[in-house]
Amino acid sequence: MLGATKGMGRAVARQLAVRGDALFLLGRDPSDLAASARDLEIRAGRAEGSVGTAPCDLERPDDFGAALDSADVVLGGFDTVVVTAGLFATQDRLEAEPRFAQRVLTADFANTVVFCEEARRRLLARGGGTLCVFSSVAGERGRKPVIIYGAAKAGLSHYMEGLDHKFHDRGLRAICVKPGFVRTGMTAGLPTAPFAGEPEGVARDVVRAIDRGSPEVYAPGIWRMIMMVIRMLPRFVMRKIGF
Amino acid sequence: MGRKGETLAGWGRAPVVPGHEVRSEDLARIADGRPLSRGLGRSYGDSSLPAASDHEVVSTVLADRILSFDPDSGVLRAEAGLSLEDIYRVFLPRGWFVPVTPGTKFVTLGGMVAADVHGKNHHKDGCFGAHVLDIKLRLADGRTVRCSPLVEPDLFRATIGGMGLTGHILEAAFKMVRVPSPWIWQESERMPNIEAFMAGLKAASADWPMTAGWIDCLSSGPKMGRGILFKSRWATAAEAPSRLPRPKRRFSIPFEFPQFVLGRPSIRVFNTLFYWKHIPRVKRRIVHPESTFYPLDMIWHWNRMYGRRGLTQHQCVLPNEAGAGAARRFLEVLTARGGASFLCVIKDCGPEGVGMLSFPRPGISIALDIAVRKDTPALIDALNECVVKEGGRIYLAKDAFTRAEHFRAMDPRIEDFQRVRRIWDPNRKLRSLQSVRLLGDPP
Repeated sequence: MLGATKGMGRAVARQLAVRGDALFLLGRDPSDLAASARDLEIRAGRAEGSVGTAPCDLERPDDFGAALDSADVVLGGFDTVVVTAGLFATQDRLEAEPRFAQRVLTADFANTVVFCEEARRRLLARGGGTLCVFSSVAGERGRKPVIIYGAAKAGLSHYMEGLDHKFHDRGLRAICVKPGFVRTGMTAGLPTAPFAGEPEGVARDVVRAIDRGSPEVYAPGIWRMIMMVIRMLPRFVMRKIGF
Repeated sequence: MGRKGETLAGWGRAPVVPGHEVRSEDLARIADGRPLSRGLGRSYGDSSLPAASDHEVVSTVLADRILSFDPDSGVLRAEAGLSLEDIYRVFLPRGWFVPVTPGTKFVTLGGMVAADVHGKNHHKDGCFGAHVLDIKLRLADGRTVRCSPLVEPDLFRATIGGMGLTGHILEAAFKMVRVPSPWIWQESERMPNIEAFMAGLKAASADWPMTAGWIDCLSSGPKMGRGILFKSRWATAAEAPSRLPRPKRRFSIPFEFPQFVLGRPSIRVFNTLFYWKHIPRVKRRIVHPESTFYPLDMIWHWNRMYGRRGLTQHQCVLPNEAGAGAARRFLEVLTARGGASFLCVIKDCGPEGVGMLSFPRPGISIALDIAVRKDTPALIDALNECVVKEGGRIYLAKDAFTRAEHFRAMDPRIEDFQRVRRIWDPNRKLRSLQSVRLLGDPP
């Protein structure tokens, strides 16, 4: 898992650990990774050191291969890769700080795809597996509050859809998770939206999708309906509303 | 600035103030410059609400990692936002439990330390704070310190039961206890009046690790204070069913009830039914741990039953020195004013704990859930005058209406607490709506 120390990734990791899945955590900060690994071990009632970790930063694509290799060695060959990591900022900030906007676009789109390609190659080489990646409902349509972040996520969603089309027959389950507004640290600076979800609920939906191999998950589920409506709104309406 | 339309409230939903929570897994980062932390918001009144000029409080709920657990000593260290529900779910099936539990599991570790919660075993095991080994705090000036009974003992004692006013609690370590089974052996007994109740509690305290009682507060005269006394202990492995207790089904109160629902007539009907449902005078049985510790957790949003204006809880302790008649005198103040409480819980308290502002002291604790009405402040004033006269005090985690002069008259320990606060937070950066009301912090 890349991004399991925080937010929805933490919640998914806990549910997988408690039901007995073997886990390996990738993330930016080694001490944060160690604390999260310990938390998972205690919650799952496992021995200290049974949840492995390795540093991996979405902004440093050169290390992706090595990080996945160490996970592979420790786990004895992984069958599922979950990516919840990503950068986020409000549209106002991204407009004001073009350098940061570039970082977000690179990390959330280009580098995430590079990471997924590394994971996909390894999974296909062993006959398939599950690649579960967190995109966002922000990628469903160009919208005022998430123009840049949403563009990166739109690209990522398209990539995941393409993977599903091409490699489904070869055993790859490409799962694209599209969370709506979820109350995590990422959205802490924003006013709480209606239909806001909690990380635990999203994690339940995601774990079910991993088990079933569903290619697309909206979480909470109500966001599938919300985005269906949003996609149908004509342009002159989208120009007027702030959503 | 506050965000448009966003409000915060405690569990009683009175008062409701403008403001919002700031959430992050990284508590130390978001604590800086903010006046207060809150956990799951189960304190009833204004303990976890920002003062009028503040609009933000830190929410600890995302910082909920278990950092270590030593099965030899039982020591658990965790981040402040770890919920008691998680502890219950992870550890009870393995034969471990918290040494002290409040009446709901929707509380956080940080909240349990800050309110120095007590439970049915107070007469034997004291408050939660008695089992805390150390606390990691983010101070008002941005420094992080660890305190314990040996390191910065004054800061430690002020933080336990200090309602978050000494610093943002980041982590805490405490000692869990081994339990022989996850089930409870309970004996319950009908009590005809308050005098019998007091005697029953006293007699039970010697033999039973957990005691508490429910009182029909509408009964009066010779029947005043009738109710049911619950005595319990952990069931032994031989007595207990071999299976684990299944999580209880929850149901939800979907909307605010109209105010008459919890009016006097319906409380009278409920109380009479509840009292006489206990047909044999004494019942003995194995019960589910959630039914014993967290009966109200099965009803999501039960605070909505109290309607739009919310509820408050008045919990006080009347000291042993006040004599056996104190509880009757207190209940008489309630009935004389026509006050009706849907839920009235009575419990004997053991010795005072380590916390400088901790609530319990040797005596009898009475908790009344009261629907907020126009006359509620006057009722609370009258109850508090009785508490002052009897030499007792109130529980801050429940309070929303007590006046500063009453609080000062109840608690001579405030000076000591304020002295410690002056050392660690001379500019009173850390404060709550409650500390403005009761401790004179700048609004």
